[in-house]
Amino acid sequence: MYSILEAKELADSIYEFVVKAPNVAANCEPGQFVIVRTSEDSERIPLTICDYDREKETITIVVQVIGAGTYMMKSLKAGDSFHDFVGPLGRPSELIDTPIEELKQKKILFVAGGLGTAPVYPQVKWLHEHGVDADVIVGAKTKSLIIMEKEMEAVAGTLYITTDDGSYKRQGMVTKVIEDLYAEGKKYDLCVTIGPMIMMKFVCLLTKKLELKTIVSMNPIMVDGTGMCGACRLTVGDSVKFACVDGPEFDGHLVNFDEAMKRQQIYKTAEGRAYLKAKEGDTHHGGCGQCGGDK
Amino acid sequence: MDVLKKVPVREQDPKVRATNFEEVCLGYNKEEAMEEASRCLNCKNAQCIKGCPVSISIPDFIKEVKEGNFEEAYKVINKSSSLPAVCGRVCPQENQCEGKCIRGIKGEAVSIGKLERFVADWAFENGIKPSVNAEKKNKKVAVIGSGPSGLSCAGDLAKMGYDVTVFEALHELGGVLVYGIPEFRLPKEKVVKKEIENVKALGVKFEKNTIIGKSFTIDELIDKYGFEAVFIGSGAGLPKFMGIPGENANGVFSANEYLTRSNLMKAFKESETPIMIGKKVVVVGGGNVAMDAARTALRLGSEVHIVYRRSEEELPARVEEVHHAKEEGIIFNLLTNPVEILSDENGWVSGIKCIRMELGEPDESGRRSPIEVPGSEFEIECDAVIMSLGTSPNPLISSTTKGLEINRRKCIVVKEENGETSKEGVFAGGDAVTGAATVILAMGAGRTAAKGIDEYLSSKGN
Repeated sequence: MYSILEAKELADSIYEFVVKAPNVAANCEPGQFVIVRTSEDSERIPLTICDYDREKETITIVVQVIGAGTYMMKSLKAGDSFHDFVGPLGRPSELIDTPIEELKQKKILFVAGGLGTAPVYPQVKWLHEHGVDADVIVGAKTKSLIIMEKEMEAVAGTLYITTDDGSYKRQGMVTKVIEDLYAEGKKYDLCVTIGPMIMMKFVCLLTKKLELKTIVSMNPIMVDGTGMCGACRLTVGDSVKFACVDGPEFDGHLVNFDEAMKRQQIYKTAEGRAYLKAKEGDTHHGGCGQCGGDK
Repeated sequence: MDVLKKVPVREQDPKVRATNFEEVCLGYNKEEAMEEASRCLNCKNAQCIKGCPVSISIPDFIKEVKEGNFEEAYKVINKSSSLPAVCGRVCPQENQCEGKCIRGIKGEAVSIGKLERFVADWAFENGIKPSVNAEKKNKKVAVIGSGPSGLSCAGDLAKMGYDVTVFEALHELGGVLVYGIPEFRLPKEKVVKKEIENVKALGVKFEKNTIIGKSFTIDELIDKYGFEAVFIGSGAGLPKFMGIPGENANGVFSANEYLTRSNLMKAFKESETPIMIGKKVVVVGGGNVAMDAARTALRLGSEVHIVYRRSEEELPARVEEVHHAKEEGIIFNLLTNPVEILSDENGWVSGIKCIRMELGEPDESGRRSPIEVPGSEFEIECDAVIMSLGTSPNPLISSTTKGLEINRRKCIVVKEENGETSKEGVFAGGDAVTGAATVILAMGAGRTAAKGIDEYLSSKGN
């Protein structure tokens, strides 16, 4: 069992947990992820590491309630625990292996969408601690979904916040901010973008035009997270890669996003059914002619 | 009774079992076991022992069964095997012990596997546990992986008195026994959990959710945590794909994914983890894993076809599994090889394009190699495809351990006689060394390495 030391709601249906996990905290690096299970029967949920403290032996994760597994996490409080918590998984961000002097020469831009703000944070923080200040764009649908603004402000060079509906700071998609910055004459050498696949796809389409190298962090369906199942396979350039062991970060200009987005949909109906059951109890027993539950 | 024939074993009716996940084979009862045991000729120069990768004293345990001394029989088996209830169920006996049985020349071999299973199940029911007599040695050994090779290595080392800790990457113990082999062939609560409890009773400690190579490295195990020797039994977990067009379509799964969802994550019953239930499923491959995937899909309600490029004779699966699969209604499309997976406009599998094959000259493995028949392409309509083409070792450990030699197939290189790797104090065995093979070969390798580790640590002194 892995104790939860802190639990709080960051925004509407977005929760943060600080978890005691000595084996993960000792060796993890920005860009890596963990797999979490709430109870003995839960599914395995991959979550990117959002912060870590080697001395306190803790890992911070941020979760958005989207299905049955994450719905279970909603009610967890400090003092509760996760049944399973394994990692660090995947490869660390490429930035970690780049010489600091080389990074200091570069203008780096982070583009975060919604929950993607959380995994962007440890990378920006790591750079800040090594004397590199990167600019950060954070986008969300609306003001209430903006998370970690203060934390990000403390480690970013310049922080640009935008909302789709204009309810907070700038108005428009993250791609509009990139366009605006370039129109103002800014230029970057490297972009790192994390968020919904559709957002990463459009960021990559734009940065390709701008000839700006872009790293994405992919979050496909996974089961074990150690290379065993192949559910997370993606087409990157000419080859098939497993996000769990070859990634999760890839050259965004080479990723086949259309295929990846289709693959995200595989269990949509089944997941929706499990989510409804977790939320409302065992209310539906088939007979609707849609779900096959009566067969 | 006809001494030339095996005492038949009771099985669930094929029509009934095709719709449930209960165990197919029901095993012998006391009377049946004693009757079958009486067929053993108790050969002086017993060939069966030579066919057993862990060298169980087969005629000795069968003699005890014949006389009704089941506890003694269990003790005989336990000297050589830590997992008899598992091996009695999943070993390919026809190629091993039973394949060498003298009875098999004129009639049917003695049903050694079923007798082993009977003895192990009887011991569970009667609360008989393996015992440790060895004096405690104050030496720590780490075992990586809780699958067959790790469990057998850990069990043997604990019996010798070592302080053993097993590290497992997943949230459940047992490796392929829990994620790979389905419930209807190897019950988890009734068999696997109990076998692991027996290994725990020997004093072995288990750490789940710990990935060596990620959570910490082998060097850390030795330098930081004080382990004096390490056994790598991390298996062969990486699935292979064919590399044909359309393989990333929705509805194409590796057998590993499909079976892990069903077995480890319990998607075959109520579970948060979903599994796709196709109307018509094509399983590509002819090994035991292919049979497991096919029979799982069948039980979940799909029509299932096995597509295999050679003929029935070359099917690598156990004879019993092929026989059971056929009885249950799996359709075999032999001498057929996929060339492309077809999908609809939304990216879902709609069919599989195959080509007919014929058998040519034997290749280096001795099997006749399949050759495409030109112009014979045809399509099989289906909505799911499960690729069961074998697996290769996971590079997580080899890529994070300096000085550990691997071959071009990514398998760890060891000395066959003691499991020693190129790195001092580090031993390995099972699928991580051989590539995907069988439970019993992995257990044999685990035993060999346990002996190797004992010799190494004894020669090192204190």
